[in-house]
Amino acid sequence: MNEKHDREAISSSVRRRVIKMMGASALSAGVAGLAGFSPVALAQSSRKVKIGFVTPLTGPLAPFGEADKFVIESMRQFFKNGIAVGDRLHPVDILVKNSESNGNKAGEAAASLILKDKVDLMLVAAAPETVNPVADQCELNGVPCISTVSPWQPWFFGRGGKPDTGFEWTYHFFWGLEDAIGVFMNMWKSAKTNNVVGGLFPNDTDGNAWGDAKFGLPPALTQAGFKLHDPGRYQVFNTDFSAQIAAFKATGCEIVTGNMIPPDVKTFWTQARQQGFRPKVVSIGKALLFPASVEAMGDLADGLSAEVWWTPNHPFKSSLTGASAAQLAESYEAATRKQWTQPLGFSHALFEVAADVLKRTKNIDDKAGIRNAIAATDVHTIVGQVAWGKGPVKNVAKTPLVGGQWVKGKKFKYDLVIVENSAAPAIPAGATLKPIA
Amino acid sequence: MMIWVDAVMQGVLIGGLYALFAMGLSLMFGIMRMVNVAHGDMVILMAFLGLLMTEAFGLGPFAAMAVVVPIAFGIGYVLQRGVLNHTISKDPLRSLVVTFGISIVVQNLLLEFFSADTRAIASGGLESQSVALAGNLAAGVLPLIIFGSAVLLTIALQQLFGNTTIGRAFRATSDDPGAAALMGVNNAHVYAFATAIAIGILGIAGIFHGMRTIFSPTDGPAQLIYAFEAVIIGGMGSFWGTLAGGVILGITQAIGARIDPGWGVLLGHVTFVLVLLFKPNGLFPKTR
Repeated sequence: MNEKHDREAISSSVRRRVIKMMGASALSAGVAGLAGFSPVALAQSSRKVKIGFVTPLTGPLAPFGEADKFVIESMRQFFKNGIAVGDRLHPVDILVKNSESNGNKAGEAAASLILKDKVDLMLVAAAPETVNPVADQCELNGVPCISTVSPWQPWFFGRGGKPDTGFEWTYHFFWGLEDAIGVFMNMWKSAKTNNVVGGLFPNDTDGNAWGDAKFGLPPALTQAGFKLHDPGRYQVFNTDFSAQIAAFKATGCEIVTGNMIPPDVKTFWTQARQQGFRPKVVSIGKALLFPASVEAMGDLADGLSAEVWWTPNHPFKSSLTGASAAQLAESYEAATRKQWTQPLGFSHALFEVAADVLKRTKNIDDKAGIRNAIAATDVHTIVGQVAWGKGPVKNVAKTPLVGGQWVKGKKFKYDLVIVENSAAPAIPAGATLKPIA
Repeated sequence: MMIWVDAVMQGVLIGGLYALFAMGLSLMFGIMRMVNVAHGDMVILMAFLGLLMTEAFGLGPFAAMAVVVPIAFGIGYVLQRGVLNHTISKDPLRSLVVTFGISIVVQNLLLEFFSADTRAIASGGLESQSVALAGNLAAGVLPLIIFGSAVLLTIALQQLFGNTTIGRAFRATSDDPGAAALMGVNNAHVYAFATAIAIGILGIAGIFHGMRTIFSPTDGPAQLIYAFEAVIIGGMGSFWGTLAGGVILGITQAIGARIDPGWGVLLGHVTFVLVLLFKPNGLFPKTR
């Protein structure tokens, strides 16, 4: 092609832009060279890698997506020179769409990322309501998808997964209901109680799964010698728990458990105090994940316990930046002036897995190749080892789960201290479970 | 036996809270035949304003009420005069759609300013105190205060409606806006004043809500349903009716929950449907 002739044919403004772009790519090639990558690898013809990311930035699930703005910003910074696919460096585009905490919107966002933006790889986190519809769209359109932050059962069985065949395009890493039940029971065994447990299960997906007479807490508790008193399913945003409190008082429960939303925990716990019901252990799933909601409970939160997926004390480090869990939390706290939150580690790990997968991908245009790279993943991330093939089903990799207790903190109002680690001894326990005063 | 006494007592106390949420709804519907879908979001908005007062200015929750109620009053007046007055027509759909839109706007503005974190208004341990009554019975101090406020507000509103000039204007516009206008009543102002009172009450209700539980920007719509039911059960335009509606709803829910926690809300809804079927104007209607 006659370049000179071409240049004269295009308008001067376009020419300026072309020159600018060439300058920029020359610069980035130079930077890449400095960073240790061969400048030859970043050939001018390297096409953009597109990574789709769906997250609930607004709506009731927003606490799950709260750390995502920070994680995406830092990942854009980290990959500004490009991302390695095989041994070539490609420029990368992280396309973020808001699910608005709505399953239908999440599905639409995924469809638009797949069909309009033609993403090469989909990442998604934050509760089954976000993860499932996105994974379904990817499965339907043959786009590789990595997801996290939903117990694996609702992700797998909730989408009609069959244990022997599994899914073709969608892969998930997190823990499962069986881990949460194990952690809770181990915590209670470590405390001196009468082993009588009161159950608070709402009439929603999580509540019904936890309270399920076949797969949930009831059979496991009976087996372990606990006596569960379950008055029945209540409606979320309950205004009055006096019925449950009266029943727990009558049966002498010293442990209270359940899977609740934050407002319901506070309503229950203040009413329990009003009625003079003082259990020794209160372990609640879901509601006590986020420091902000624990802080909002005021002085009443001291001593409540919960399942813990990730803390700054986890002995893992990022495979991308080399930062330890504590360092990641620190940089989050410095950037946002907010206390660290558990999804932070998992959102970061999602990009670690993505980068690892792409590095082992030979050809970015071969979707099946990317998928095979996901299946062969074995990477040590900031949330622990992620490796498919060892999980309960083909598409699920499990990360460790421990138990924690909220205690009065120094820097922030409450700190989450790990009190139960028998399923993952590598994660150090900071204390033993103390009965609530 | 004691367990049922307890159920009725807790139900009455919860009823006070429902009535507090419902009064503004009842007022707006009674005078303008308008259903404010954003009512629940207004509760949450006021809770956040209360939070701002307590956290940023170090006020106690009751001092915060003294600041938030006038602000809420102002918001209500401007909202009605500036926006909602333009939607009043024979077609109820217009105001429904507009208030639905306001609901979304309020939720997202709160999310933008306060983030998705759940918050609470600190009440210095008041929320966990209670008064021990006979035997195993105990009534929470905060629920008692809430119920007391609901009763006082009902008396105040009834007085305002029955014995003041603006009250007469309220009743007149409610009965026949055209005739009222001919008699020199400024309907636009009357409507705006009614909404101002309705939202002003939420200044109290919102702060109580923030004290008794935790709230986040998107919690509003969940507060609407019981308030709405209390209005329908009690009957339109009667404040004692609204209080009674809230209490009836609270008691049926508490009794249902004693049988099975899942039945609490269900029995409340069943009562609501029964009232709609057999007394569609509510139990104590004042307007038709």
